[in-house]
Amino acid sequence: MSTVKAITGDAAVAEAMRSIEPDVVGVYPITPQTIIVEAYAEYVARGEVQTEFIPAESEHSAISICVGAAAAGARTMTCTSSQGLALMWEVLPIASGMRLPIVMFDVNRAISAPINIHCDHSDTMGARDTGWIQIYSENAQEAYDNFIQAVRIAEHPDVQLPTMVMMDGFVISHAIQRVEVLDDAVVKKFVGERKADYPLLDMDNPVTWGSFDGLGGWFMEFKKDQMQAIENAKRVSLEVAKDYAKISGREYGLFESYKMDDAEYAVIVINSTAGTAKTVVDTLRDRGVKAGLIKIRMYRPFPASEIVEALKNCKAVAVMDRVPGYVDIGGPLFEDVQVACYQEGVNVPLVNYIYGLGGRDILTSHIESVYSDLEKIAKTGKVATPVTYLGIKE
Amino acid sequence: MVATIKELSEKQDLLSPGHRLCAGCGASIVVRMVLKSSKKPVVVASATGCLEVSTTIYPFTAWRTPFIHSAFENASATISGVIAAYDAMKKKGKIKEDINFVCFGGDGSTFDIGLQSLSGAFERGTNFVYVCYDNEAYMNTGIQRSGATPMGAWTTTSEVGKAQAGKRVHRKNMTEIMAAHGGYAAQASPSHWRDLVMKAEKAFEYDGPAFLNVLAPCPRGWRIPTDQTVEFARQAVESKYWPLYEVMEGEHKITYKPKKEIAVAEWLSPQGRFKHLLKDANQPVMTEIQTQIDKEWNRLIKMSGETT
Repeated sequence: MSTVKAITGDAAVAEAMRSIEPDVVGVYPITPQTIIVEAYAEYVARGEVQTEFIPAESEHSAISICVGAAAAGARTMTCTSSQGLALMWEVLPIASGMRLPIVMFDVNRAISAPINIHCDHSDTMGARDTGWIQIYSENAQEAYDNFIQAVRIAEHPDVQLPTMVMMDGFVISHAIQRVEVLDDAVVKKFVGERKADYPLLDMDNPVTWGSFDGLGGWFMEFKKDQMQAIENAKRVSLEVAKDYAKISGREYGLFESYKMDDAEYAVIVINSTAGTAKTVVDTLRDRGVKAGLIKIRMYRPFPASEIVEALKNCKAVAVMDRVPGYVDIGGPLFEDVQVACYQEGVNVPLVNYIYGLGGRDILTSHIESVYSDLEKIAKTGKVATPVTYLGIKE
Repeated sequence: MVATIKELSEKQDLLSPGHRLCAGCGASIVVRMVLKSSKKPVVVASATGCLEVSTTIYPFTAWRTPFIHSAFENASATISGVIAAYDAMKKKGKIKEDINFVCFGGDGSTFDIGLQSLSGAFERGTNFVYVCYDNEAYMNTGIQRSGATPMGAWTTTSEVGKAQAGKRVHRKNMTEIMAAHGGYAAQASPSHWRDLVMKAEKAFEYDGPAFLNVLAPCPRGWRIPTDQTVEFARQAVESKYWPLYEVMEGEHKITYKPKKEIAVAEWLSPQGRFKHLLKDANQPVMTEIQTQIDKEWNRLIKMSGETT
C-alpha cells in the first residue's frame, strides 16, 4: 500500500501530484520550487500522466490558467515560491472570490530585496488574507500528506476554496528525507473525481463567471459566504484527516501539540523549525523544565480558540515569526495569537521572536535562549522586550 | 464561403440586447459580428473593460453563451486554462462537442497590460481567436492614452496645451506584432462587414492562435456623434488610416483597396479628440500623421507583393 523512499521535499510533492494526476497544471519555474515542475514535466513526457501541462510565460499567467481551468470544471494545480507568489497576488483573491478549489504548493522563500533564494515565510504570509486556505508542513512527509489532503479540503462542497500548502525552501525542499509514498491507486481513490458546480463548459446551461458587482449589488454577501466557507475548512480538514489516517496511518490536527499537556513554557512555530524546537523541548524536559511546543498546521483559517485552549495554562509563551513584521508590535503569527488570547480573556505573557529571515540558520542554542527568556518572564511576570530579532549579527 | 447578410441576421445574437454599453458603442457591433461568424458553439473570455463591466452586472448577464472574466491583463491566460480543461475532459470523454474559444479585449488589455499573456498564449499554440476591439484609448476608466492611441489624439493623459498637441508618439503596430507570432492575424473594421465576417470565419477555422484587430470607434472618447460610429470606421478605412489586410503564417494580403485618395485630415477633422490639430501651429503633427500612414500603406503594398 505504501513505499518508503529517500527523496527531497520537492520530489515528495511531485510524487503526490503524479498520484493525484490533476486535469490541468499551469506552472512557471522559480527556485526552490522548480524541481517539482521539472519532475512533473518528466511524468508528462513519459506519458505517465494525462494532465494538460502548461508551462506559462509568468506566474501571473500560471495562476490565471488555473482560474480558467478550474472554472471550466477541471481539477487544477500549480506550484510557486517567493516572487512568483507575489506576481500571482492579484489573482489569488480572484480565485477565492470565484470559489475555485485550485491547489497550490508554495515552497517558502524570502521576498526581495535584497534578492534572496533562501527560506523565510514572507511570501505566503503576504498572502494570508487572500481568502486561500493555508496549510504548513514541517517536513517532506507532511508536505506530501498535506498536499493530498488539500484536494479534498478545497473541493469539499462546504468549502470550495483554493488551498496553498507550504514547506520550507532548501532545508526541506532540497533535503533528502524518509517519505512513505502511497500507491497511485490508493491516492486516486482517496481524492476521487472533481464534481464542479456550474462548470463553464456546460454548453447546455451557459453561465457567466467573474461578473461585475457594484454599488447596490451583493459584494458583501459574497464575502460573508467566503468567510463562512473558510471557517468550515477547520471541520472539513479534521474529517479529511480522519479518512487520510485510514489509508496512511498518519492523522493531522489543526496544529500539533508537542508535550503541551503540562507545559509551563511554550513556543509556537511554523514549518521546519518545529523539528529543531522539538529536540530542544526534549533536552529541556530531561533537565526538568516543563517545555512544550505548538506547531501550526492550518494557519488560514486560524484555529484561534483551539490554540488558546492549548496554551492557557502556560506561564509564558513565545511566538516565532519567520517574516519581518515591519511593525513594532510583532510578526503576523504573534498578532494572531495575541488577539486570540485577548478575545478568550486569557492573559498569558506573550513574547515575539523574528528569526531565520532569508535562510538565516536557526540553531538549538537560539531556541534554548527563547525558553530561558520565558522562564525569566514567568518569574517577573513582565515582558521587557516584546519583539526580539533572533540570531542577528552584532 | 462567407455567410450572407440574410444568414447572419437569422442567427441569434449571443450578446443579447439590454446590455449597458453606450449608445453607438463600436465594441458591441464588433462582438456581435464576430460571434455570428462562429459555426460551432462558442465560449467567450473577456478582459476587464467596457465590454465586461457593461454586460455582466450581477445578477444579470447579457451573454447567451458561456462567459468568463477574471482580470485585466490575463484574459489570454484565463482562456488558455479553459481550453486546457476542455482538452483534458475531451480526452476523458466527459465532453463530446466541438467548441470555439474567443477572447475579447480592448486595446489597453491587448496592446499594453495584457500583451505578455497574449504573446504567451500564442507562442504555446493555443487554439483560440483573440479579438481586440480597438477604440484607441482606455475608455472604461475615462479616456486615457494607451499604446493604441494615435499620435496627436487628445486623451485625459495626453492632454493638449502649449507644450504638446495631444499624444506625442505613434501607436504601436499590434497587428504586425501578432502576425510575427506566426499564426493568423488580420485587421478589420465593422464598416466592411463582409470582410470582417470573412476574417472572423477564417480565424475560427484556423488550427492555432488567431488575432483580429478590429477598429471600434468610441463616440464618447473620440468626441463624435453616436449615430456615426460605422461611418467613422468607414472613413478610417477609406483614408488608409486603418488598412484592411490579413497575414496568414507570414503571408500578407491587402483585402480591400480604397478607390480614391482621401487625406487623413478629412477623417481626423470632425473628431473632437483631434480638433486642436486644425490649428496652424499643429500642422507639423498633421503632416507627420499623414507621412506615417503613407509609409505603412506602402509597406503593406510591398509585403503583399503588389505594385500600387
